[in-house]
Amino acid sequence: MQKPKIATASLAGCFGCHMSLLDIDDRILKLIDLVDFDKSPVDDIKEFTGRCLVGLIEGGCCNEENVRVLQEFRKHCDILISVGDCAIDGGLPALRNGIPLKECLTEAYITGPTVYNPSGKIPSDSEIPLLLDRIYPCHEVVKIDYYLPGCPPPADTLWQALTALLSGKPIDLPYELIKYD
Amino acid sequence: MTAYNETIVKDICRRFGNERSRMMDVVKEVQTSFGHVPNEAMDAIARALSCPRVEVQSLVSFYAFLTERPKGNIIIRLCDDVIDRMQGFDRIADAFKEELGIGIGETTTDGKITLEATPCIGMCDQAPAALINDVIVTNLTKDAAREIVAGLREHGDPQRLVKRLGDGNNAHELVRAMVVNNVRRKGDVIFGEGKPSDGLKNALAMSPVEVIRAVKTSRLRGRGGAGFPTGIKWEFTRAAKDETRYVICNADEGEPGTFKDRVILTEKADLLFEGMTIAGYAIGAQAGILYLRAEYVYLRPYLEHALAERRKSGLLGNKILGHAGFNYDIRIQMGAGAYICGEETSLISSAEGFRGDPKTRPPFPAQKGYMGHPSAVNNVETLCCVTRILERGAGWYAQMGSNGTSGTKLLSVSGDCKIPGVYEIPFGITLKEFLAMAGAEDAAAVQVGGPSGQMVGPAEFNRIICYDDLATGGAIMVFGPQRDLLWVVSRFMEFFVEESCGYCTPCRVGNVLLRRKIEEVRAGKCDPAAIAYLEDLGQTVKIASRCGLGQTSANPVLTTLKNFRPLYTARMKENEAGMQMTFDISAAVRDAEIIAGRKSANF
Amino acid sequence: MNEKTVTFIVDGKEIKARPEQTIMKACDEAGVYIPRLCAFKDLSPFGSCRVCTVKVNGRPQAACTQPVGEGIVVESQTAEIQQIRRNIIDMLFVEGNHFCMFCEKSGNCELQAMAYRLGILAPKFPYMFPVRGVDASHPDIFIDWNRCILCARCIRTSCEIDGKNAYGFIGRGPHKRVATNSSAGLKGTDADVSDKAPANCPVGSLMYKRIGYAVPIGCRLYDKNPIGSDIEMKKTT
Repeated sequence: MQKPKIATASLAGCFGCHMSLLDIDDRILKLIDLVDFDKSPVDDIKEFTGRCLVGLIEGGCCNEENVRVLQEFRKHCDILISVGDCAIDGGLPALRNGIPLKECLTEAYITGPTVYNPSGKIPSDSEIPLLLDRIYPCHEVVKIDYYLPGCPPPADTLWQALTALLSGKPIDLPYELIKYD
Repeated sequence: MTAYNETIVKDICRRFGNERSRMMDVVKEVQTSFGHVPNEAMDAIARALSCPRVEVQSLVSFYAFLTERPKGNIIIRLCDDVIDRMQGFDRIADAFKEELGIGIGETTTDGKITLEATPCIGMCDQAPAALINDVIVTNLTKDAAREIVAGLREHGDPQRLVKRLGDGNNAHELVRAMVVNNVRRKGDVIFGEGKPSDGLKNALAMSPVEVIRAVKTSRLRGRGGAGFPTGIKWEFTRAAKDETRYVICNADEGEPGTFKDRVILTEKADLLFEGMTIAGYAIGAQAGILYLRAEYVYLRPYLEHALAERRKSGLLGNKILGHAGFNYDIRIQMGAGAYICGEETSLISSAEGFRGDPKTRPPFPAQKGYMGHPSAVNNVETLCCVTRILERGAGWYAQMGSNGTSGTKLLSVSGDCKIPGVYEIPFGITLKEFLAMAGAEDAAAVQVGGPSGQMVGPAEFNRIICYDDLATGGAIMVFGPQRDLLWVVSRFMEFFVEESCGYCTPCRVGNVLLRRKIEEVRAGKCDPAAIAYLEDLGQTVKIASRCGLGQTSANPVLTTLKNFRPLYTARMKENEAGMQMTFDISAAVRDAEIIAGRKSANF
Repeated sequence: MNEKTVTFIVDGKEIKARPEQTIMKACDEAGVYIPRLCAFKDLSPFGSCRVCTVKVNGRPQAACTQPVGEGIVVESQTAEIQQIRRNIIDMLFVEGNHFCMFCEKSGNCELQAMAYRLGILAPKFPYMFPVRGVDASHPDIFIDWNRCILCARCIRTSCEIDGKNAYGFIGRGPHKRVATNSSAGLKGTDADVSDKAPANCPVGSLMYKRIGYAVPIGCRLYDKNPIGSDIEMKKTT
């Protein structure tokens, strides 16, 4: 029988949640026995090769590229999980949510005290994805099936959640594994 | 209006005896003097009343009619409740905006006129209406709006805008309002015939306990909506151990669609004051307070006059009607624009000079009310019933109405009906019968009891108007088949968001969330899961909120979900792809597109 | 016990109490924890957060303000009530900007701890991302309104314990917030580093400056044991 597939992505995140996944240590070998990784920074597969059982999303949506990737994940994954605080509530990037985009960019590229930018312009290459007006938690963009909070979620949380899902059981985390920091 | 001057503030405070409990009056007078309550004035008031400054700011920032920032000498407050919106609020608002060259919430560049919107001012039967300072203008048209602005620019006197006076006491020299009563049906109680002071005389011939017994025998229940038996409330108040007790009349008629107390106050002030006096005698109070909503301030001079006349006639003051030991007087406490103050404990907080936060119960007002003393808080209509009960007998009263509910009820009807106005009907008639009276046979939906009540459809029109079936504080809002009921629901939720005091979490946050979800449903952006979401959220607000406002604020959603569910499901679609319909990528990238000067390549 | 007692039932358990006690106080003494945020030992009950909502003979009441009564039947840990509590906690999370990952209070925060206890993985309501500020004008303490849950514990502590009136509520409805007793902000008040008010803030809203992250992760108040464990511990004694 073919192994179920997992895909992962880091949107507006710091890759800390992916690091936490790697922190499951030698259990990663068990995980490889149980699943194949599809699109993911872990194996550097850039495009989905087929349908996945689980998609793990780190980070919220700060730009159009994030939205596109997240929607791709929703299309290809049976179960989509917001992993970590940034995916759930925007996290650190969401600190800009109270500030108009123009103001953010102006300070970042023109008026900030440490900025050196002789052009005096906000970069606008067509390769650069357009920023959204604010950070959107993933569940505001697509339907999310599960949430694993934490900054990052402990490796044990990720392990328990994944093994539960792979064995068709509900995710039931003990007290110590629900953390928002 | 004068520049800030601390001496004026000190004088005002002194006039109210530097009493902390009179802060409402102090602040209102300060605002009258300076047009707003300046920062320095808050410090001065705090010093004079010996309280922390933050308490002054707390009060000023709570009430819609008080302001920390300067506004125009003239404030136009357009009534924006559902009924006024159905009768052309938008057109009128546009005319005012155009003429004044400002938007709602703004002040003209010369600083003279401020334009605002305000919830129901109790004129739904003559909508659209507005409040211009203390003056009411009704049946507004675009032309009237233009004339008003021209008049205000020319003479600056809102009273001169009143060209034609209303009927009855609306034309009284102390009222001079264009408001009309629209009394459509007179019953035997409120609009019945009777001899002035007979009720009071009969009461004084009995012992207080006998008066309470008579009220209990009459089976009179509170007319504000909650329907608590009046006699039992009085019995509790009288039984509370204290030397000082108060009668408080709740004339903070703020439930949108309710305007029956306005008509009583205009035409039957003496009936009310007599009832308050009987209540005072029954519970052993020395003072009564009429808490009058700020929107009805135009009635204040007339009501003060009525009180003065009663004092002259020995109906108030010491030894009332020669009855040794019965000394009792009534004062008027003005509100300042807060629906929550219709909740009895909020009303007491407000009358004590605080923000209108509800109080923790127990203790109930009957145990510890105004200034910590036992207080009986009764509705205007309830107290009028009391006068008639004492005048004509408890038995006479009790035989009127339905089995469970005695007496008559004033209903104020507005919206899509041919004959809006005030009706005194016996309890026990069906909603259908009432709708026929009001010329609303083709109603598609009726909001019974205002936004905090329930929205019922034709399937429920055979229900009976009484406390055990369709209870109402008096508001009947009629919606014809052409109306979008979810729009009505969203307007009601907007009202509760604005009027929540913010004390407790479920009401403060839950109503904002309900409003948001209703808007999403209306925009067709929800899947059927939104029904369960609304029900769960609505139930939390209903069950966990601290006072009657929050406990009823989810009713527009909950009762339409119950009685008009197809309206919701018709706007929902299944969402198999799992993309959130509420997420709007083009809106989300719009700012960035403008900044970058290019269109999104992805979307 | 020779004083008068009343007996009542909480979730099937019989509890004895003094007649003047609130349901919460009586339950605390009996080792039955009722979740709460605005209620705090040594402060007068306030009843604003509604997390302690229970049903008393079928009617919803706040356990922190409702007095006990002979024979009353109180429901607290029912599925319905727990759902309401979760909803209220969710409301508080989405109403403010609660970013636990960089909050000095994390691990010792009662809002966070209550969410842990109730097993909340993410709020079901949409985040409001309100624009709120910070008052850092005072040399030793600061207010971060992003994290305020309007429980009035600072207001009550300042008044009832510190003997001051440094804080108060202004505005109404969704615009309600804690203000200071001075137009100049916190620095204009008599608030002081020795005040108990900051210590009694359940979240990271009213804080002492220059203290943060003092206890390592794993050793903080609610890292291992749920909030309320101290009260539930009494069960065994």
